[in-house]
Amino acid sequence: MSSQELCFSPRERKSGQFWSLMAAGSLVMLGTLAAFFYLEHHGHAMTGMNNQIVWGLPHVFAVFLIVAASGVLNVASIGSVFGKKMYKARAPLSGLLAIAMLAGGLMVLVLDLGRPDRLIVAMTHFNFKSIFALNVIFYNGFFAIVGLYLLTLMDRRLNPWSKPVGLLAFIWRLALTTATGSIFGFLVARAGYNSALYAPMFIIYSFAYGLAVFILVQSVMYKWNNIQVDERILNRLKNLLAIFIAASLYFTAVLHLTNMYYAKQWEFERFILLEGGIYPLLFWGGQVLLGGILPLILIFSRAGRHPATVFLAALLVVLGGHFQMYVTIIGGQAFPLDIFPGYAESSTFYDGVVNDYTPGIWEFLLGIGGIATAFLITTAAVRVLKFMPEDDFKDIEFKAH
Amino acid sequence: MSEPNLNPDSSDRRAFLKASAVATGTALAPGVLLYGIAQARAPEEPASDKVRWGMIIDTTKCADGCNDCVTACNTENGLSGKTGPQDSQWIRKLNIRHLKTGVEISLPMMCQHCEHPPCVDVCPTGASMKRADGIVLVDRHICIGCRYCMMACPYKARSFVHEPLTDQNPEVPRGKGCVESCTFCVHKVDRGENTTACVEACNAAGHQAMLFGDLNDPDSAIAKAMKTYATTEVRADLRLNTGVRYQGI
Repeated sequence: MSSQELCFSPRERKSGQFWSLMAAGSLVMLGTLAAFFYLEHHGHAMTGMNNQIVWGLPHVFAVFLIVAASGVLNVASIGSVFGKKMYKARAPLSGLLAIAMLAGGLMVLVLDLGRPDRLIVAMTHFNFKSIFALNVIFYNGFFAIVGLYLLTLMDRRLNPWSKPVGLLAFIWRLALTTATGSIFGFLVARAGYNSALYAPMFIIYSFAYGLAVFILVQSVMYKWNNIQVDERILNRLKNLLAIFIAASLYFTAVLHLTNMYYAKQWEFERFILLEGGIYPLLFWGGQVLLGGILPLILIFSRAGRHPATVFLAALLVVLGGHFQMYVTIIGGQAFPLDIFPGYAESSTFYDGVVNDYTPGIWEFLLGIGGIATAFLITTAAVRVLKFMPEDDFKDIEFKAH
Repeated sequence: MSEPNLNPDSSDRRAFLKASAVATGTALAPGVLLYGIAQARAPEEPASDKVRWGMIIDTTKCADGCNDCVTACNTENGLSGKTGPQDSQWIRKLNIRHLKTGVEISLPMMCQHCEHPPCVDVCPTGASMKRADGIVLVDRHICIGCRYCMMACPYKARSFVHEPLTDQNPEVPRGKGCVESCTFCVHKVDRGENTTACVEACNAAGHQAMLFGDLNDPDSAIAKAMKTYATTEVRADLRLNTGVRYQGI
């Protein structure tokens, strides 16, 4: 059996399996489109979102994908910008995943708009004071720059350009994630946000989520094509992932500690860390334990050198990332907005109470459409072009582990 | 056949001029007079930054349990008046109780028409905008329904239209998928009425807790009140310079 069958190879291909993957992805997309048209017709009344929780499950999926998209490009950056050959071999796949996931995340954001038909308005009317508008520019630029970067990586004649374009892509992705984090960081009135830490914290999160996604995709590609991943490569990737996980935990701790330092944020911290029902549970159980501590234990355990263990650790990081987004996005809105500090508030508009949110099936279908989009783009692309990481071991100087 | 009367002092001619003057005067006077009183802008004339519309709310006069301003707003702007989590509420009665002293205050809360509105800052398309006369509005033609303004507003003043609407007030266009909030009854202001439905209702109920007017006009009742009484901005720490001020908190 040839080694590269499901992905691009001049040799024979597993057509049947490829088409079943595409069919599975398309089936999910069908659900997403059904949800989109249903909501487009009936309005957001059919979702669990309301005037208190204005951003819901679609945003959890979308922001995760966007953050992970910028992070997955790191693999390429380490190769092109910092000259590590092992990562260079992975640069094309890294760039592809970055584009695919950003496309998926943005699709969800657009389909969830109140007026998705006005996408053209969003592309032609810019309020440059808005971090959201700057994000639109960063996202579009990201597609263009990473697309160009992929060209320089995959076209031999353009190869010499890969370093400067890679550097531009690296800087651009840092700016992009800064802007994405700032969407929350700039919300001055809300206790759960309003922190400059959101920008660097989202960058660190993106490192972890992106690398985790990369490890997952690479593992699956290798598995389906019957390739054994080299233990030394796996070791490097998993150790890097561990550093990113630890850094993410550190930034999370600093965010909450600084909040606790300010007296007026105590209430919020007590809510999100202790008394807020589902949110402390998702924070400690999902984000910290499942998405942070457990993967660290797995990576540094005796079984940590086994590909399946690394796969599981990466999967947990991705899962934990979704929990983190849920706690950040929904938890931050569930905590009541304090309009009159020092007063207890009540009204018909749910002032002063913890806001309820129960996600519905429609917004879930919208959300997973982002993953399906990224999956379809990746599956199709690796089929027609050479994205499979191939290591030339003679070129790699491995340090002793 | 009589000769034409060429005498400039003829009584006919004088009578004609007199009659014309009276007729012209009668035709123009009400318009000139009304214009003078109302200072309504012509439709093509832009809002002026010489004016800053604002409101003072005297919480000591605002009756606990009275909901007249809310009802009037709903009627004026074609809102359903329902108070589910997904329903629009442009103005609401907020009951606040001081955590230490236990003092209870009832007050209407709505868009505060900030000079530096966070909703306008964050809006990606510029749909959230502040008119030259200080009224903060949503341009329903370019609002994409991203709801970022709702995340940014410190007063929870905005609502998102969650379902299709019917029987709208033609003067107050609203639409599914767009964000909306108090407009200071901009349609009434632009007609020269210079008042809002909530203020009218409050006055009609005899409370007179709300005063609307031009903060920049030193002769206006609101400007005089601002000089006479201590008023408070809600979340003054954010330095948004709100157009709505409260007395008694």
